[in-house]
Amino acid sequence: MTLVFYLASFVALVSTALVVISRNPVHSLLYLVVSLLAVAMAFFSLGAHFAALLEVIVYAGAIMVLFVYMIMMLNLGQRAVDQERNVLPAGIWIGPAILAGLLAIELGYVLIRGDVTPVVQGNVVGPKEVGIALLDKYYLAVEVGSMLLLAGMVAAFHLGKRDLPDEAAERGSR
Amino acid sequence: MMVATHHALLLAAALFAIGLLGVLVRRNIIYTLMCVEIMMNAAGLAFVAAGSRWAQPDGQAFFIFILTVAAAEVAVGLALVLQIHHRLHTLDNDSTSSMRG
Repeated sequence: MTLVFYLASFVALVSTALVVISRNPVHSLLYLVVSLLAVAMAFFSLGAHFAALLEVIVYAGAIMVLFVYMIMMLNLGQRAVDQERNVLPAGIWIGPAILAGLLAIELGYVLIRGDVTPVVQGNVVGPKEVGIALLDKYYLAVEVGSMLLLAGMVAAFHLGKRDLPDEAAERGSR
Repeated sequence: MMVATHHALLLAAALFAIGLLGVLVRRNIIYTLMCVEIMMNAAGLAFVAAGSRWAQPDGQAFFIFILTVAAAEVAVGLALVLQIHHRLHTLDNDSTSSMRG
């Protein structure tokens, strides 16, 4: 498991650095997904299995899809059509694929060995303990979090409209 | 062999530094949002590492709160980016430095 942690850290550092260095947003996004998967692997090796699960499902799964949607919605017009041909040539996949392959090898290694002892002192903290802590000690924070998500949804719905009220009024007075 | 907790914390610090560097260096709003995500993720890693060091569930509970905040932030941020692109036809950070009124 020690090796798993250090290899995941290496993949996370390299792919995160490549996120900042890449010139094309789509390439950065690919590396960002790999970076999040690597951090999920580090969570797993630290004994936080539930956090690793959430990292893959929510971060790499849902939040990254939002980014993909935004890049899709922004690339409108003829310029984007030309750009599209150069965005994802075959060679682009090699870098993220190698890094993700390293993570896949780690995953296979862990699955075959069946060894889930955390790399730090202490025991595995499972979903049961986390759930009890969330709804017992932190239930107020959970409520505040749900309100935050509702507020975020309303704000995104309002801001996502084509014409905000002030813009429509401006056009009407012209 | 055990990994010392401070190696996980060092990883979190390095990821945070890379994210901060990205926010300071890149001049594209999408990159700024991505780098903020990286920084939040690094903070979550520090929480989880400390939580598993003492075998307490609090670290993972706070990671879930960080996840909530990140999701709300991305939803609002992406809507703002769409508005900026719609009005100014650019994604430059510096293009939004002036206010009206």
